[in-house]
Amino acid sequence: MSSLEQMYQQVIMDHAREAHGRGLTDPGLIQVGQSHQVNTTCGDEVTLRVGLDGDRVASVSWEGQGCSISQASVSVLHDLVEDHTLAEAESAMDAFRDLMQAKGEGLDDDKEDLLGDATAFVGVGKYPARIKCAMLGWMAFKDALIQARKDES
Amino acid sequence: MTFPDVRDDFPLLTRTVRNGKPLVYLDSGATAQKPRAVLDAEREFNERHNGAVARGAHLLAEEATGLFEAARAEVAAFVGARADEIVWTENATAALNLVAGAIGNASAGIGGEESAAFRIGPGDEICVTEAEHHANLVPWQQLAVRTGATLRWIPVDDDGRLDLDRLDTVVTERTRVLAFTHASNITGVISPVETLVARAKEVGALTVLDGCQSVPHLPVDVAALDVDFMAFSGHKMLGPTGIGALFGRKALLDALPPAVFGGGAVKTVTMETTSWQEAPMRHEPGTQPVAQAVGMAAAARYLSALGMDAVAAHERELAAILREGVADIPGVRLLGPAWDSGATDVIGLAAVAVDGVHPHDVGQVLDDRGIAARVGHHCGQPLHRRLGVTGSTRASGHVYTTQDDARAFVEALATVPSFFGVSA
Repeated sequence: MSSLEQMYQQVIMDHAREAHGRGLTDPGLIQVGQSHQVNTTCGDEVTLRVGLDGDRVASVSWEGQGCSISQASVSVLHDLVEDHTLAEAESAMDAFRDLMQAKGEGLDDDKEDLLGDATAFVGVGKYPARIKCAMLGWMAFKDALIQARKDES
Repeated sequence: MTFPDVRDDFPLLTRTVRNGKPLVYLDSGATAQKPRAVLDAEREFNERHNGAVARGAHLLAEEATGLFEAARAEVAAFVGARADEIVWTENATAALNLVAGAIGNASAGIGGEESAAFRIGPGDEICVTEAEHHANLVPWQQLAVRTGATLRWIPVDDDGRLDLDRLDTVVTERTRVLAFTHASNITGVISPVETLVARAKEVGALTVLDGCQSVPHLPVDVAALDVDFMAFSGHKMLGPTGIGALFGRKALLDALPPAVFGGGAVKTVTMETTSWQEAPMRHEPGTQPVAQAVGMAAAARYLSALGMDAVAAHERELAAILREGVADIPGVRLLGPAWDSGATDVIGLAAVAVDGVHPHDVGQVLDDRGIAARVGHHCGQPLHRRLGVTGSTRASGHVYTTQDDARAFVEALATVPSFFGVSA
C-alpha cells in the first residue's frame, strides 16, 4: 500500500462521503457547549455542538466544510464519543492525538481497540501539514466540552 | 528562439522527494527557488564583506555600505527606477504596509505640514480591487478603519478580469488611493495598468501597484507604468527571503512620514522631537537585511541576463500548456480566463477547482507524484469567494519550469477525480 493509499483508506473515503452527525441539532439538554474552529492554512471550518447528560456525552452534532480528512475525522469522532461516558471520550481524544503523533507507525493494540475506525487515520501522521486537518473536529470537541462544563463549578 | 535550460543553476531542483521521485516544483508563485548566483552572492557578502552599513569608518563598513547601495541601484534599474526611489523592506507585505501605515501616520498629524497632502479621513475613499492578495487589501481596509475613510473596490467579472465598466463610479473625486495588483496570484490576470492609472490621475488619487506576481515574470518599468508606488518581493524573483522593496516617486517618498520609527532614519533627535532624513533612509530605520539585498540584486542580474522578454515568452508557453491542459479534464474548472492564444493578459500559472474534491486532497495526490503545488486560498479569500469556491490548487512556473513539468501537473490532475471516486 502506497503512502497515499495508506492515508486515504476506504474507511476514510466512506466517512468523508457520508459523514455521521452532520447537521447541528438541539440536544434538549441543559449542559450544551459549542465551538467553531478554523484551519487558517486552508480556511476549513467546523462548528461542533455537544450535549452532556451527567457524565455521558449524550449528543454530538456538527456542521462544516473541508477536505476529506477533516470531514471524515469529525464523522469518526461522532461515532466514537456519542453515547459514551466523558471518561471514554477523553481516552479516545488522547488516543487519537497519540495516533497523529505516531508518524504513521500506529499504536499498541489497547489504544487501537479504543479507536476503532479512527485507526484508519494512521497514515495522516506521516504528513505534518495534514495533522491539523484531522485534528480540527477534535479541537472543536475538546473546546465544546469545556464550554458545556463551564457552569459546573 | 528556445528558452535556455537553466535547471542546473538551481541546486535544489536536483533533489528528490517522496520515495525518491524527481521534484516537479510548481509553487513559484508562493516562493521561487534560488540560483547558485544568488546563494553565492549572499555567502560571498557574509564571508568577505559583512559590516555595519552607513554607520562606520572602517573598511568593512565601507565595503558593506558600497555593496548595499550598489544592490539598491541594480534592483532599481531592474524595474526602471532611480536608486533613491527604492526603499528596502523585509518583504512586499511590509512595503505595502509602509505606504498604508505612513498615510495613517500623516493622517494622525505626524510629519506636519510637509506630510499634510497625505492626510485622509471621513469622506475620503481608498480603492482596491476584488482580485487583491490579502497583503494589498487588509492594510487598506485597516487604514480605512483607522482614519474613518471608506474602502471601495473594483469588482471582477466571472473570468476574474476587472469590471472596467465600474471604474468611473468606484474611482471618483473622493478617491485618495488606488491600490491594485499588477497580476493576480490566482487567476493570473494582468491588470490594465494604463487604464487604471489614467483614471487615478484624473481624480488625483495616488496609485499603489502590487508587483509581486509581475516583477519576477514580466518586463516591468515603473516609469512607463507611471505608478506612484510599487511593492515587490525578493524571494518570488529568485532572490532571498527577508527582503522586498518599495518603489516610490522620490518627491512622494520624501514627503511621506515614516511608518516605522527608529535609528538611522533620522536627522536630528531631541527628547521631544525628531526630524527625518530624506528618502530612502527615512523609511529604513534599524539594521537592514544587507546580505539579502545583495542577494536580491544578484537575482535581478540573473533575470536580466536571461532577458525579461524571453522569461515572459517562456512562461507564456507554460501558461498555454497548463491552462489548455486542465480545461480538457472533466470535473476540473480553471479559475480565470480560458486560454486564448490571442490574449496577452495572463501570467504563467493556473489555479483550478476540482468538483467534489478539496484542494488539500488534490495537493496530496500531486505531492505523491513529487509535484509541489499550492493548495488553499492563496491569501485571496475574497477572490475565491467571488469565483464561487473556497480554495483552489495552483501550479505556477518560473524560469526553471519545463514544459514537461507543466504536463506532469495536467496528467496528475487528471487522475484526481477517479481517485476520490467523483468521476463524471
